[in-house]
Amino acid sequence: MGEHIIDNYEVHVCMGTAGVASGGTEVMEAFRKAFEDAGLPAEIKERNCKVKATGCRGLCARDVLVDIYVPGKEAVTYEHVTAEMVPTIVQEHVVGGEVVKKWAAKDDYYDFYKHQKRYVLKDCGKVDPDSIDDYIAHGGYEAIKKVLKEMTPEQVIEEVKKSGLRGRGGGGFPTGLKWTFCRNSPGDLKYLICNADEGDPGAFMDRSIIEGNPHDVIEGMLIAAYAIGCKEGYIYCRAEYPLAIIRVKKALKDAEERGFLGKNILGTDFEFHLHLKEGAGAFVCGEETALIASIEGERGMPRSRPPFPAVKGLWGKPSNVNNVETFANLPMIILNGADWYASIGTEKSKGTKIFALSGKVKSTGLIEVPMGITVRQLIFDVGGGIPKKRKFKAVQLGGPSGGCLPESLLDTPIDYDSLIAAGAMMGSGGVVVMDETNCMVNVAHFFLTFTQRESCGKCIPCRIGTKTMLDILARITKGQGREGDIELLESLAQDIKVSSLCGLGQTAPNPVLTTIRYFRHEYEAHIKEKRCPGRECTELVKFEVQEDACKKCGICFKVCPVNAITWEKGKVAYIDKSKCVKCRECIVNCPFNAID
Amino acid sequence: MSEKAIEMQDNQEEVIQEIDLSAVDEICAKYSGKKGAVIPVLQQVQEHYGYLSREMIERIGENLNVSPHQLYGVLTFYAQFYTTPRGKYVIRVCRGTACHVKGSGRISEVVKEEFGIGNGETSSDLKFTLEEVSCIGACGMAPVIMINDKTYGNLTPENARAIFREYANKEE
Repeated sequence: MGEHIIDNYEVHVCMGTAGVASGGTEVMEAFRKAFEDAGLPAEIKERNCKVKATGCRGLCARDVLVDIYVPGKEAVTYEHVTAEMVPTIVQEHVVGGEVVKKWAAKDDYYDFYKHQKRYVLKDCGKVDPDSIDDYIAHGGYEAIKKVLKEMTPEQVIEEVKKSGLRGRGGGGFPTGLKWTFCRNSPGDLKYLICNADEGDPGAFMDRSIIEGNPHDVIEGMLIAAYAIGCKEGYIYCRAEYPLAIIRVKKALKDAEERGFLGKNILGTDFEFHLHLKEGAGAFVCGEETALIASIEGERGMPRSRPPFPAVKGLWGKPSNVNNVETFANLPMIILNGADWYASIGTEKSKGTKIFALSGKVKSTGLIEVPMGITVRQLIFDVGGGIPKKRKFKAVQLGGPSGGCLPESLLDTPIDYDSLIAAGAMMGSGGVVVMDETNCMVNVAHFFLTFTQRESCGKCIPCRIGTKTMLDILARITKGQGREGDIELLESLAQDIKVSSLCGLGQTAPNPVLTTIRYFRHEYEAHIKEKRCPGRECTELVKFEVQEDACKKCGICFKVCPVNAITWEKGKVAYIDKSKCVKCRECIVNCPFNAID
Repeated sequence: MSEKAIEMQDNQEEVIQEIDLSAVDEICAKYSGKKGAVIPVLQQVQEHYGYLSREMIERIGENLNVSPHQLYGVLTFYAQFYTTPRGKYVIRVCRGTACHVKGSGRISEVVKEEFGIGNGETSSDLKFTLEEVSCIGACGMAPVIMINDKTYGNLTPENARAIFREYANKEE
């Protein structure tokens, strides 16, 4: 990794949401002090948590991550750094020149990056998100310069069409084509909107891009605004992302001061004013017409289409909405060319996709992979597989609109069309892995609880239908399921899908349908045998140790928080049901699945 | 808003003394004549006072020339507006997918065990509010909670309990 040799002492501390939560601020302060004590000239930069190979980032499970740059030497990354470790690292490594091997990242850390292709996230972490100068020093705002100097709006649209870029918000609509609709709509005033209302549980790609490289998104929006002919724009960001909001505000101010936003951008007559709108907490606002209603100050309820926003959107004017990641792809398409971009990925899904990998997988975090990689590669090569030697059961792709795929479909390639065919969807990119201690009926119940709560109530099938489905799922998980419930769920699901106005209702039944499709036996076990194979529905779990499966290791005895388990070395554990509070700690921790 | 919530609001307002509403006017003045002002105004008024009382909402209505009914319609639609005072420490338990899979349901139960409050409720001493949120976006360290602006990850019921007790024992 010779390219990272530099002339100065530098310490890069992960300061993303996860980095800060793991103690990044304290670690940084400790470094500042230790360098001062050692009398070393140090430049300590705050860095973000999603990054390129050397700076790691993206591997939030190992936070706090720290890179140490010593003049003339290769950068070294340390994992799980705490403030207490800092004086030793500075003394032995920085002063003494000896890497502290026991804390330095091992091979498995680098494996996480080996299978990735980081293009959109290339500069995330390389640049200081709060410094426009640093962004410019890394080639920032070069794409918009090229666009304004050398290209007509039509040429930009043509280039984006040729690149094959499809919307990263989930639907996968071709971006260039979407722009054409808005560009061809009559009217002087058109709006460009960036959808940063990342509401899917299990997704944090957009947050990471905005926190790590906000100017990249602004530059992407400038390119789109020029191509479509928009003078006004909004970034609609979730209120639940306080750090992202702070960084966007700063970036907007800096870009305006430097003449990248406002009137006469870069000395041309191109004009673009960009504003930040904070969301107020409603999942449905990720739907573009609901988002528009919310910017207008209304209840965020979807509107029927047509007319599409491209014709009649924000305040009745032609509007174009794209997702954060879509915008972040644009500068590199312009700079490297559509042909280069189209060479990555599959025939119909071009480029890379960023995923948020979480759940029962060893390396949780933010990853970027080329389209076409299989689900198996994603979980086992990049993510390192399932922890605690558990067996893989299912993977949930695409959030509440997506679906659960079983082991037999692990070789499905990740592209828009293959995932839809399998019953899941790309969605915004959340990937949640589940092992054998998870119950698929419970998971379906979980997702439907979410969509039912977030239904705006406009369409009756979605409002009442999801509630009825939820009631059925609830009784199944409680062991009160009836013969015919599965068929009832399927029929309700179909009705809701075809008769809802917006994407929320049209896709809300997907988690139920895919779990029925691939894990019907689990539903049947709940209904017919009153048994929960994942042992997650506590009302169906007996909390008894299976003598033949118990290896007498005593782990359950140690983890029980209420001392309900008795055990002696060499003896089968016993659970006292009068004390047991059914917290499932024993089930989750037993390596032999001996508790049922 | 449910009848219960309105009743709670009325009850709590009786014990709270007269609140100076001049900040409402100042915030509204910044947005006079601007389109799409309703949500930013509600957000800023709430940021100033911590919640939105009936008086504040009526005052906003007068300023922006919007009926209070319409304002209630908007603010009850969104999860992040509150019509009752909130605790000094707001505990946000993430109920996102990753956290759910890793047992966040138990963390909410621990809050209930410690402070006797359920989702959306505030302890009677106005110290703690429990809020289950859909996703904090820190799935890499699930299960996760936030107490005010501080994030805590990789929780177990027991270390979560220790964190809660630490806050409960904090001197005012």
